[in-house]
Amino acid sequence: MKYVDAAQVQKKMGTRLLANKLAKNLFFLSTLFGLIVLVILIYRVVAQSIGWIDADFIFNKLSTDPEKAGIMGAILGTLWLMAVVAPVTMVLGVGTAIYLEEYAKKSRLQGFIQTNISNLAGVPSVVFGILGLTVFARALDLGSVVLAGGLTMALLVLPVVVVASQEAIRAVPQYLREASYGMGATKWQTIKNIVLPASLPGILTGVILALSRAIGETAPLVVIGIPALLIPLPDGVLDKFTILPVQVYYWTTDSALVAEYANLAAATIVILLIVLFAMNSVAILIRNKFQKRF
Amino acid sequence: MPESGTGLDVRGMIAKKRKSASIRTVVEKLVPRILFGIAAISVLTTIGILLTLLTETVIFFERVPFLDFFTGTKLKPLGEEAVFGVLPLLTGTLLSSAIAMVVAIPIGLMTAIFLSEYASEKLRRTLKPLLEILAGIPTIVYGFFAFTFVTPLLRSFIPGLEPTNILSPGIVMGIMIIPMVASLSEDAMSAVPNAMREGALALGATKLEVTLKVVVPAAISGIIASFVLGISRAIGETMIVAIASGSSKNFTFDVTQSMQTMTAYIVEVTGGEAAAGTTLYYSLYAVAMTLFVFTLVMNLVAQYISRKFREEY
Repeated sequence: MKYVDAAQVQKKMGTRLLANKLAKNLFFLSTLFGLIVLVILIYRVVAQSIGWIDADFIFNKLSTDPEKAGIMGAILGTLWLMAVVAPVTMVLGVGTAIYLEEYAKKSRLQGFIQTNISNLAGVPSVVFGILGLTVFARALDLGSVVLAGGLTMALLVLPVVVVASQEAIRAVPQYLREASYGMGATKWQTIKNIVLPASLPGILTGVILALSRAIGETAPLVVIGIPALLIPLPDGVLDKFTILPVQVYYWTTDSALVAEYANLAAATIVILLIVLFAMNSVAILIRNKFQKRF
Repeated sequence: MPESGTGLDVRGMIAKKRKSASIRTVVEKLVPRILFGIAAISVLTTIGILLTLLTETVIFFERVPFLDFFTGTKLKPLGEEAVFGVLPLLTGTLLSSAIAMVVAIPIGLMTAIFLSEYASEKLRRTLKPLLEILAGIPTIVYGFFAFTFVTPLLRSFIPGLEPTNILSPGIVMGIMIIPMVASLSEDAMSAVPNAMREGALALGATKLEVTLKVVVPAAISGIIASFVLGISRAIGETMIVAIASGSSKNFTFDVTQSMQTMTAYIVEVTGGEAAAGTTLYYSLYAVAMTLFVFTLVMNLVAQYISRKFREEY
């Protein structure tokens, strides 16, 4: 009895190999698709911004006149926003991560907080905007100022920092902790002097990535109520402000009225992308340079 | 007071040691409590979101009957005879998400297959960071791209397409989600042990057959979870639709028309500074609540799928 009909197999072999080859090319093309769109997107934005980015554009205040409009206000607003988001999200994120990894390890509470954080990461940013509007801007009566926007953004990016810090803390080997206990150190002394310094590069990478997420977000701040045309420059955390992506939003929607606004939006996008690219490069640099492999 | 006979103040040293030890004990006891307080803030955030949405939504449903809201096909929030039916927003949201997934699921999955099964290690290491750039571009930039490039491009093919429509933001949203679907699916496929691939190859299967009949079925829980998370992301996506889909509250299934999603409605109403206390203001919370429930359910489903149907190797 023959188990395999060689002729039959032989006959099908050609189509099977052809299908394999075709599929491989198809898979490759779909991988390229995303990258081609990326190239077109960047080309389009850069092409539209040519001639619009100069010193005046960077240093001028906002204006309804496209020729005079600049983004100094949005740049300062972005910096002020980072000044609020960075410390708040760092304290909250690292504190939560230490608690989960060092104190509440494998407890029920840890599971609960962990599930809560991963669900929080899936809440749409616009809903965080509603939270910010209701609690920070209205209930605490801050208005649409840097502090209200910064606290909202800090909560929005909190899961990023928590997860990154947890991973960094988990990567510190147990024997380092045990050596520290063996020297007579207490738990907190061990965390403060051994665990945190060893996990700092990973934590910093997470914080920078969270910040770059925060300054690229638009929806929560639009919901909090950032005006479309804000002339005065922000001078502290209790001032009204605008940031680069919000400015892109208003210029894009108004480009139906004044065509040049589309160029201003494109120019702002170029600046925003450069800032984000720089921040991400720094994060990768820190990760590669200072991350210790145990 | 007992007299100390020697030059060494032993008692003093013991007292000093006790004092620093007791400070240390207090610190040791205090730190976990402070850290617990910090960790509780993430839980408080969730409670805060739920409470703000719930309290205002309840007030909204005191003014607008529950059934009218969820079965109403007309949304006219302004004017004397305001009508609040959420169906136009729901269809807008579901249509744009469906279009996005039609783009993101096949391309994302095929990208994942290429990266995990076909690409050489070197090629993979160049392609993955490039895809991560795609994932890191702010959504507002995609919105700009949809509005100023994709819509005009589509209009040259589809004559009836309105300047703002749901098709173009849907497609761009799909492109935005490709890296997410690709990277999560690829993780799932990379976790399939090589022994299974080699077993199938040894039986004479081609690479395509190995991929489709062994790797994909073995990784299916992770792959489906990535699709569900992609849908959740599409439902919650705001800026692309806020810019490119317009603000007409049409109840239609015609993708060439201007439509509004739930997220874009929230942006429009808050941007117009709805006065607190008006029904318009409360409608914001009812819509946000609906959106929150939708995405939460999707996320829970994704977690359930990846936990329940995971094959352990």
